[in-house]
Amino acid sequence: MTGSLARYAKNPAALLGLVLLLAVIAMALLAPILFPKDPLSLAGRPLQWPDLGGRFPLGTDNSGRDIAAQIFHGAQVSLLIGLVATTISIAIGIVVGALAGFYGGWIDDALMRVTEAFQTLPNFLLLLVLVAVFGSDITTVTVAIGLVSWPATARLTRAEFLTLRNREFVQACRVLGMGDLRIIFREILPNALPPVIVYASVVMAIAILLESALAFLSLSDPNIASWGNLIGAGRNVLRVQWYVSAIPGVAILLTVLAVSLVGQGLNDALNPRLRRNPKP
Amino acid sequence: MTILSLALRRLAASLPTLVIILAGLFLLLQLAPGDTVDALMAQMGGGDPALAEELRRFYGLDISALAQLGRYLLRLVQFDLGQSAIYGKPVAQVIAERLPVTLLLMGSSLSLAFAAGTALGILAARQLDRWPDTLISTLGLIFYATPSFWFGLMGIVLFSITLGWLPSGGFEEVGAGLTGLDRALDIAWHLVLPTVTLALIFLATYLRIMRASMLEVMSLDFVRTARAKGLAETGVVVRHALRNAMLPMVTLIGLQAGTMLGGSVVVESVFALPGLGRLAYESVVQRDLNTLLGIVFVSALLVIVINFLVDLLYGQLDPRIGAGR
Amino acid sequence: MSEPLLSIENLSVRLPSGADRSHALNDVSLTLSAGEILCVVGESGSGKSMLASTVMRLLPPGVTASSGRVLMGGTDLLTLSEPEMRRVRGARIGMIFQEPMTALNPLLRAGDQVGEMFAIHTDLDKAAIREKVLALFREVRLPDPEAALRAYPHELSGGQRQRVMIAMALALEPAVLIADEPTTALDVTTQARILALIEDIQKRRGMAVLFITHDFGVVAEIADRVAVMQHGLLVEEGPAEAVLNRPQAEYTKALIAAVPPLTPAERRPQGADAAPILRIENVSKTYRSGGLFATKRVTHAVKDVTLSLPQGTTLGVVGESGSGKSTLARCIIRLLDTDEGSIQLGDTDLAALSRSEMRREARRIQMVFQDPYASLNPRRRAGELVAQGPMVHGMGRAEALAKARDLFALVGLDPAAIDRFPHEFSGGQRQRIGLARALALEPEVLVADEPVSALDVSVQAQVLRLLDDLRDRLGLSMVFITHDLRVAAQICDRIAVMKDGVVVEEGITAEVFLAPKHDYTRALLAAVPGRDWSAKAAERARQPGRMATASPA
Repeated sequence: MTGSLARYAKNPAALLGLVLLLAVIAMALLAPILFPKDPLSLAGRPLQWPDLGGRFPLGTDNSGRDIAAQIFHGAQVSLLIGLVATTISIAIGIVVGALAGFYGGWIDDALMRVTEAFQTLPNFLLLLVLVAVFGSDITTVTVAIGLVSWPATARLTRAEFLTLRNREFVQACRVLGMGDLRIIFREILPNALPPVIVYASVVMAIAILLESALAFLSLSDPNIASWGNLIGAGRNVLRVQWYVSAIPGVAILLTVLAVSLVGQGLNDALNPRLRRNPKP
Repeated sequence: MTILSLALRRLAASLPTLVIILAGLFLLLQLAPGDTVDALMAQMGGGDPALAEELRRFYGLDISALAQLGRYLLRLVQFDLGQSAIYGKPVAQVIAERLPVTLLLMGSSLSLAFAAGTALGILAARQLDRWPDTLISTLGLIFYATPSFWFGLMGIVLFSITLGWLPSGGFEEVGAGLTGLDRALDIAWHLVLPTVTLALIFLATYLRIMRASMLEVMSLDFVRTARAKGLAETGVVVRHALRNAMLPMVTLIGLQAGTMLGGSVVVESVFALPGLGRLAYESVVQRDLNTLLGIVFVSALLVIVINFLVDLLYGQLDPRIGAGR
Repeated sequence: MSEPLLSIENLSVRLPSGADRSHALNDVSLTLSAGEILCVVGESGSGKSMLASTVMRLLPPGVTASSGRVLMGGTDLLTLSEPEMRRVRGARIGMIFQEPMTALNPLLRAGDQVGEMFAIHTDLDKAAIREKVLALFREVRLPDPEAALRAYPHELSGGQRQRVMIAMALALEPAVLIADEPTTALDVTTQARILALIEDIQKRRGMAVLFITHDFGVVAEIADRVAVMQHGLLVEEGPAEAVLNRPQAEYTKALIAAVPPLTPAERRPQGADAAPILRIENVSKTYRSGGLFATKRVTHAVKDVTLSLPQGTTLGVVGESGSGKSTLARCIIRLLDTDEGSIQLGDTDLAALSRSEMRREARRIQMVFQDPYASLNPRRRAGELVAQGPMVHGMGRAEALAKARDLFALVGLDPAAIDRFPHEFSGGQRQRIGLARALALEPEVLVADEPVSALDVSVQAQVLRLLDDLRDRLGLSMVFITHDLRVAAQICDRIAVMKDGVVVEEGITAEVFLAPKHDYTRALLAAVPGRDWSAKAAERARQPGRMATASPA
């Protein structure tokens, strides 16, 4: 483990990702302090260009709302949605994948059929349907994103379990008379987890992007300062005041980039395959 | 022959998947507060309950959910997708009008992403840890992290508004009366920005997979054999590594077909393209459940067909398929 | 001796920083003359494979030859440019590798892969190349050369693939052939045929062969000269007859002493008539592949096997890959469910137990696994791994860990090491942990599935001695699965020979070895490399007085 930490610390891209991610987290935490007012309330004259020294360093949007305030509060929304949706998605994926991979047979067939159904359906289309049916408040949107993005995790976990379940150490546990659940969750899962944890960063990146796309189409929660909402609003004034759309886009880009870089750094640190020294 | 039968078998195995999707979605839609008729009535600015009752009978909404599902599945077998409440036309017809645009967009984006991803992936793997690798990998990460709609919008700002090089939206110049080659060129012109926008995210994925796959294959034993033969590095890459490294790329096409369709919803909205994705968006907003279900059905079919083609292609590339391995 | 074809002079190869030692090869000098087979022998980590890679200039990235020369025909290969070196590879030095499964490109036909040699180095047209390849395939005695041309690697057996590799290496009639453990991954009968082929071709063509191996049996079989390596150093070098029979270096002596002789060890007389503790009766196991839509394929892995294990003895089950011996072991331990038959442990029929009943009976029969790396959960401490069994069966944690300490001492490990993780142990030590884990439940029967086949020969001998010793001290009964007849001869009281899922012969070890009844058993015994040499070596070991005069040079 200390070896992994050291490898992570030596990786400049991973460190950059970590710094970016910490910056976004800091923005989310500072939002209520720096911008105590509701970020969606009228703050000044609409469509003021960014002025770093002025009252609105990032300008105002077409409804006269402070863009900087929306960016800071948007960090909260993106991180929260990303974290919760990822947790939901990874939890479902691990349970489905673990059961399918460990037991095989008809359990595997049935679970994989359902997984396939979810994968065959374009996930954004399914997200649209879910939001259309259950409404678009932030809780629904978050849960819906979690629900549409688990199949890849399930497949990954299943693949890990398929190879691990025939490893001799698992057979040894069965020979000792250990119960299935204990073998699945205490013996196999810890060994299957590293690639899943790395994949969680991909899920989180996708979750943040999905929410922003939904918000851009004004199908997400309109009462929340979401970066996607702001881009959607800025679309109407794209011709001249393009900064209204441009600024939140950069925020999304940097956040997703941070999450991806951290994920890749974790991958290199946990699976140092390419760096391993050749056998003498 | 074995490859074809194997692919056909996989095709047959996806039928239950299709039924699960349709049944699941149909029942899900029953949970929706309000139905098509409510939406219609709202559009008309309200109306009397008797009219609503009649409309419900007309759209077959007066019977139980399960019976509706049975009826729906039965009709699907005959490829009857029902009547679109909003467009007043058969859903199949509405979809058929929109499908070509989406197929064109997906096809061109996929080709671009696949070709560029493969080339850049190889280049990065061959230049591992040198500046071309760093540059390509960084660009890949940035493309991957960029929301496609934002990329589209910024493309419009730069290439349409500022530079005036490309049209900002639409499928073709309406009313220009172009025909033949001129029309094709016009459409291609309109599709440049949408194609690049949709392709960029997938380009990032393809190049990353190709790079990793290439590195992996280059470390395998048979590559060492090829070198021990006295084959030059280019020969090793082209004759031995490339085809092996392409296998995961081909798999990826199938896996990402669904995601690509999902991505086209957003891109079509940005560029006001009259495709399937935009239709899906409109029918969600207007609560046209028949159309939405039809789109889901057609999308699922499309993904299944793409996977069938991918299976065939994979079988062509890998002789082990069909040998039961 | 003629002018050497290849001479390696003071070669040192440096490993990248961070490796477990600084040099893979340290000041190694060797010569190879036309018409001779030079065997480079050593255990894992000796640098023997690195030597082959250095000559071919195919070292892994980061590894470099730091000093010395590799002379061939007056030129130092280490100083050639890459394009110049490419003209040497394949054309003047051919190479075959250990893993025939992975050394061929899975997507290209065998004929095309061999034909590529001519495409690279000659101007022959397609038809001519085809003829050449066909002739080569005949020379390496592929069963159906025409079909082999069109075959993909997965359609060929392991032995056939290695023949394709040999054909490829021979294509341009290189003066030197480097063979890097070419038979290690093969079954013993296949190995014998491939060794004979290599020797035959070498004689006919007068080629020089640099043969890398870890197996002294193979050395005795084909070597003209032997070089022994340890930790990157050349320990001893000389004519095969001298090194094999009168080793000078201590390390060589120890290595040769560790090679188990093929003659059965003299066993205690007891046991043969003891009551059986385990009776395997008419056990069958078939595998079915394919599902709902696929055509079904049925493999009879184990067919109607009946065996019995007398209390306090070791029953060896020997066979080549695919013989069903491992499947049988897994059926006995109920990792697999049998289709038919019974497995009587005392009065209990294990095959008839439900899953949960079997879990309770688990403590009576335990298993030791083959792979010292895969058989221990890398995320648990060694002590925990051993204590797990008793804890599953209700023992308290503290008591179980105390027991683990005792068991560590019993299997020859430091009891203080129970807090370490598996990766901190060597292969042999890991096998001891696996053994301690199995013994922790105080089983009546121990099933050992190839427990020493992944270990170096010196470690192998230690683990075998430990197993034998523990069986006596603890009164264990043991089923010992192995592909290695030498190992079987040392540890088994009775032996069952399996082929294609069937037991073809069963009997007391000495009788099976000295008077085999079944043709297959005879073939298996005849295929063991170096059997004559090791018989003589064993003879000498028994009569140490004659050792000095034993050799007419």
